[in-house]
Amino acid sequence: MRNALGSVDTVLLLGGRSEIGLAIVTRLVRDGASRVMLAARGGTVPEEELARLRKLGAEVHVADFDASRPETHQALIDTAVDRLGDLDVVIPAFGVLGSQAVYDGDPEAAARDVAVNFGGHVSAGLAAARRLREQGHGTLVVLSSVAGVRVRRANFVYGSAKAGLDGFAQGLGDALHGSGARVLVVRPGFVIGRMTEGMTPAPMSVGVDEVADAVVAALRSRARVVWVPARLGPAFAVMRLLPRAVWRRMPR
Amino acid sequence: MTLLTGWGRTAPTPATLARPRSADEVAALVKEIGADPARKGNGADPARKGNGADPARVGHGSRGLVARGLGRSYGDAAQNAGGTVLDCAALRPSWTLDPESGLVTASAGTSLHDLMTGLVPRGWFVPVSPGTRYVTVGGAIAADVHGKNHHVDSSFGAHVRSLTLVTADGSARVLGPSDDLFWATVGGMGLTGVIVEATFACVPIETSRMRVDVERTRDLDETLDVMTATDDRYRYTVAWIDLMARGGRTGRSVLTRGDHATREDVRGHVRGDPLAFAPRQRLSAPPRVPDGLLNRATVGAFNAVWYAKAPRERRGLIQGITPFFHPLDAVAGWNRMYGSRGLVQYQFVVPFGAEDTLRRVVGALSTRRVVSFLTVLKRFGAGTPGMLSFPMPGWTLALDIPAGVPGLAGLLRVFDEWVVAAGGRLYLAKDSRTSASVVAAGYPRLEEWRAIRDAADPDGLFRSDLARRLRL
Repeated sequence: MRNALGSVDTVLLLGGRSEIGLAIVTRLVRDGASRVMLAARGGTVPEEELARLRKLGAEVHVADFDASRPETHQALIDTAVDRLGDLDVVIPAFGVLGSQAVYDGDPEAAARDVAVNFGGHVSAGLAAARRLREQGHGTLVVLSSVAGVRVRRANFVYGSAKAGLDGFAQGLGDALHGSGARVLVVRPGFVIGRMTEGMTPAPMSVGVDEVADAVVAALRSRARVVWVPARLGPAFAVMRLLPRAVWRRMPR
Repeated sequence: MTLLTGWGRTAPTPATLARPRSADEVAALVKEIGADPARKGNGADPARKGNGADPARVGHGSRGLVARGLGRSYGDAAQNAGGTVLDCAALRPSWTLDPESGLVTASAGTSLHDLMTGLVPRGWFVPVSPGTRYVTVGGAIAADVHGKNHHVDSSFGAHVRSLTLVTADGSARVLGPSDDLFWATVGGMGLTGVIVEATFACVPIETSRMRVDVERTRDLDETLDVMTATDDRYRYTVAWIDLMARGGRTGRSVLTRGDHATREDVRGHVRGDPLAFAPRQRLSAPPRVPDGLLNRATVGAFNAVWYAKAPRERRGLIQGITPFFHPLDAVAGWNRMYGSRGLVQYQFVVPFGAEDTLRRVVGALSTRRVVSFLTVLKRFGAGTPGMLSFPMPGWTLALDIPAGVPGLAGLLRVFDEWVVAAGGRLYLAKDSRTSASVVAAGYPRLEEWRAIRDAADPDGLFRSDLARRLRL
């Protein structure tokens, strides 16, 4: 249960190797979370990550999770409830970022990645939301992106999946209104990390730690949307209004 | 679904609110929810009880139930996210007094306020009164509440001769102090069943007034010394600490100690019936209060005035019941003064000999200038055999802190460690933020309590947010 000061007790991370996901989990454990499940493909999470979380005092469980197999997602949530009890925070942090140039030449790969970046989040998110609704509390953290707020030609396959995810998350949040459960939509800018290695950072880019800090702060509050950095919110209010002819010329 | 919080107004969760009006209706509800097919197969592993084993079925039955009285627990003791909460204040208040023995039998939904307005004019007083009259008899037993007379009279449970508990099978069991389940229920936070009636011993009084001695102390050490030396001369004692005072004045206090006044004491003070008692609520906090109203400046100023206006020493003051026992009851909904983020109560007890822990906590609060509006220190006497009962011989300190104070979570976690290391513990009725390990360390009889609870409630029907958060 979330306590009076906003600390939580249990955390489920889907995409257990995600850099941002692990950064959030680490902060939540430091803040008092005592039971954690890291769900990753093949059930493989780096030993040093497990050891680090255990050293911080958490009971850490590992489970097999494949984002591209939606038929397994409900069962995974059930397993998590079995091990952790009520789910205070669920973070689906899996995703793939391919290059638009590759997608242009390999439509099948593009569809596969969209299935993970959007479809996987839909099945995992709905399965988690059902549980959160039943237990009457808990937060589903959806890692959206500014790439989905207004899709750019430079990465429109990735961007359109994020656009779908962002819309899904908002709708799910509204559907859960009044149930005690909530959805927190996180919209980071360009995140400098493992996932974007070798890419040139866009303006207003952020580090993994900044994103994790912002998510943890938002979990303590009653926020439903968090932009990282916060000034991206007003910036995109303007960018959404730019004429197509201008937007099209955006270099990245 | 109704959104519920405790008195601290933090961490709201929704539950289905049921309003049974009689003990029979309570039993029927318990049977109905216990029989919900969503609960089946839910009790195989006690560690996972009440989790809702069958996720395919979304029914309130799978989340169990808990009784709620007047909602004066500060945290989540009377909340049950996604489940059912029995509003026992709706149980028809009723009580009878045996004027020979002073034994009162009351329905669990009867408030101490109702009892006092009826009992006091007849020359009787409740055995224990916490800082508010607005608690139910059921809640007073479930939290095993204490009052200013703890050093002499122990807690509420010590005065209960019998209670009727509706257990998970829907049966009403009459329990007495020779039953283990009785002592699992006293202080058991409603997790053994629903208390529907109780019989307890009251105290004879000659008047509805108190004869009070007030004195100020210079610092914490003097406060402890004076209380240790002379508390036993009074039935009721408490110290209010000015936490905003720093340096050499850290822990300066106003001691208020007294006894029920005799007819002799009030001669010349009171006209008419010396037992008259008709309390009125004069003020009400506004429905919306701007956040940050209680801050260092306002609380600091209040505390300074409060300390300064207390007499250096005054003996034989005649006071009414409300100003002496329940000063805050004069303002309805005073918890709203803490703004939208609510307040956190932190109350711990450390055994005698651990005064250094007390000094460290008071010192840390004072140095960091943590805003605590009402900081109260009390010397506890003997505890009850209640397995989860809070009081034990030692010092108890209670703090009221706005939940929005920065760094509060970390500071209180440090206090938790100090308290547990000193052999102390936290009060479950006040808690809204500690961890399962701190509770387990502070309540050495927790396992024994669990065994008795599991025998009475094998499928984990009685659940609350507090029970889930602290894995009780």
